[in-house]
Amino acid sequence: MNRTSLPRSRRTVSLVAVAAAAALTLAGCSSGSGGKKAEEEAGNVSAGKADTPRMTIAMVTHAPSGDTFWDTIRKGAEAAAAKDNVKLIYSNDETAGDQANLVQNAIDQKVDGIAVTLAKPDALKDVVAKAEQAGIPVVGLNAGLGVWKEQGLLSFFGQDESVSGQALGTKINGTGAKHALCVIQAQGDVNLEERCAGVKKTFGGKTDILYVNGTDMPSVKSTITAKLKQDSSIDEVVTLGAPVALTAVQSVSESGSKAKVATFDLNKDLVSAIEKGSIQFAVDQQPYLQGYLSVDSLWLYKTNGNFSGGGEQPVLTGPAFVEKSNVEAVAKFAAKGTR
Amino acid sequence: MSVTQQAAPAVTTPPASGPKQTDGRTSQRPLALRLLARPEVGVFLGAVAVYVFFLIAAPPVRDGSSMANILYQSSTIGIMALPVALLMIGGEFDLSAGVAVITSALTASMLSYQLTTNIWVGVIVALAVSLGVGFLNGWMVVRTGLPSFLITLGTFLILQGVNLAVTKLVTTNVATDDISDMDGFGQAKKVFASSFDVGGVQVKITIVYWLVFAAIATWVLLRTKYGNWVFAVGGNKESARAVGVPVTFTKISLFMLVGFGAWFVGMHQLFTFNTVQSGEGVGQELIYISAAVIGGCLLTGGAGSAIGPVFGAFMFGMVQQGIVYAGWNPDWFKAFLGVMLLGAVLINLWVQRTATRK
Repeated sequence: MNRTSLPRSRRTVSLVAVAAAAALTLAGCSSGSGGKKAEEEAGNVSAGKADTPRMTIAMVTHAPSGDTFWDTIRKGAEAAAAKDNVKLIYSNDETAGDQANLVQNAIDQKVDGIAVTLAKPDALKDVVAKAEQAGIPVVGLNAGLGVWKEQGLLSFFGQDESVSGQALGTKINGTGAKHALCVIQAQGDVNLEERCAGVKKTFGGKTDILYVNGTDMPSVKSTITAKLKQDSSIDEVVTLGAPVALTAVQSVSESGSKAKVATFDLNKDLVSAIEKGSIQFAVDQQPYLQGYLSVDSLWLYKTNGNFSGGGEQPVLTGPAFVEKSNVEAVAKFAAKGTR
Repeated sequence: MSVTQQAAPAVTTPPASGPKQTDGRTSQRPLALRLLARPEVGVFLGAVAVYVFFLIAAPPVRDGSSMANILYQSSTIGIMALPVALLMIGGEFDLSAGVAVITSALTASMLSYQLTTNIWVGVIVALAVSLGVGFLNGWMVVRTGLPSFLITLGTFLILQGVNLAVTKLVTTNVATDDISDMDGFGQAKKVFASSFDVGGVQVKITIVYWLVFAAIATWVLLRTKYGNWVFAVGGNKESARAVGVPVTFTKISLFMLVGFGAWFVGMHQLFTFNTVQSGEGVGQELIYISAAVIGGCLLTGGAGSAIGPVFGAFMFGMVQQGIVYAGWNPDWFKAFLGVMLLGAVLINLWVQRTATRK
């Protein structure tokens, strides 16, 4: 039977390919530009380390895995945890029910504090109350601005999505735009819908909404291209995430449209796009700050009884505009993935 | 039923003749009906219906560059739908196909970036990795005899996790670094992600690859011994083995073909967008499988064509972009997409039924 002989020969083929690639590398097939060599080693944030007793804090978010924005939140949380002598347990699940289970999991582990995103507040209501009954302080971050107080959370760190949408709307009024297209990469996401609603509220021109499939970039690209072709009066594309923004720039040039692109949220490629001028500006809600402050505030509450925001008001981390005039200051932090 | 008619002859008379020549009943019927009974004709008519519909409903679709855009969207689905369809004809399917595309792109990008090599080194290693993943899928399916649903569900989850964890480990971020300024990028972009001008319309090169691959796949399926093997192992594995079809080789090579497709589409994405987010690709496998099924490939194997999935993918692209070109209320987007696809599939089914009943 050829059952055994075939796999072996196939395996040899792939081994040969890897070996060939390695040989190519050694034979001086290296890149003269870009790459790791060009990447500057930037120092990590460090502010010493607290000598308070070791404590455990859980952060439970509704983030999809492998998303740049949420990774920045986590980095902020990790930086604060390292500084405060805190053991951070990070977990995430997009499904509201599963996120609630993760909070329950944290309660069962008897953590010293919980930071949670309330994107679907009703689903998390019971489990948050349970944590509070168990004497675990809970803070909110990113999503849940409207409900954090009534659910008895200690503090809230994030931006008001509607406020930041309105800020963007006001800003593009000043650039002379008449017809904006707001691109939502996940249909039905409360935060994203609120942003576009905010834009619509303050923007003087017309605002259209377009839904795209965020996990398939080629389809994002062709869908935006299609919309720009369908309606040539669109002169402003508003995206709600950095990767979508960069794709939208390609769509604009392919469709022959003259639309400008503005976006919410940053990443390092977006920073260079702002430097180059292919993207007008980004509304930054400073995700790093959201992660950092929520862990740090729990530590402060535990060690010093502090209430960030006085327990009355949310702590707003945005909207902060990053545009050509101030992008330089942000660039070196974005390169590390912390802005 | 038309499906069993097609599967059976391929098994009993393995070499030389294509399936339709040996079917005594269909050969006596009029040519038009015989044509209609082919799995790809139904989907062809469905695709035409959808196309004509949007030609009327959405004026921008009449423009050449809109068509190029629709075909581009279809080609990125279609290039993957082809090997997925062949695999399905061979009686297996692959749930890891969507994330495998991202795995390939991540491998090429990170390897060349981290080692600061020429881009082509990453591209070649990514090919080896993709073929390796396909080989592993196929090998496990053949060795264990478990349903490919289970095996590839496993690899789907593994790849999803590995994509994220390794990217994070290597780059400390969840997206890869921009490689557009590295050596070889320009060349690779020309190969995988360029476009050319046809009468003032920018046409993406993926469309050409898509059609060429489809032509090759059709030829292989209908004119070569290997094509017969594919139908045979999908129809009935045991009798195929009994008449001397190398079942193990056929199945493993089909999975590796899916790996090749994932590599190709992965390279296209990498050289179009310069960076890759590790969480992408989830859910795409279902779109590839749908395009193949709409294109007339049977979920249980043994029947189908390579040209059917071309129309299946076209239908996906046409409907998805057509809705946008028509400027309909976007709240209904997904619902429109579903209704359109169901409608097209029903046309497909109706054509098949009418053709085979008489």
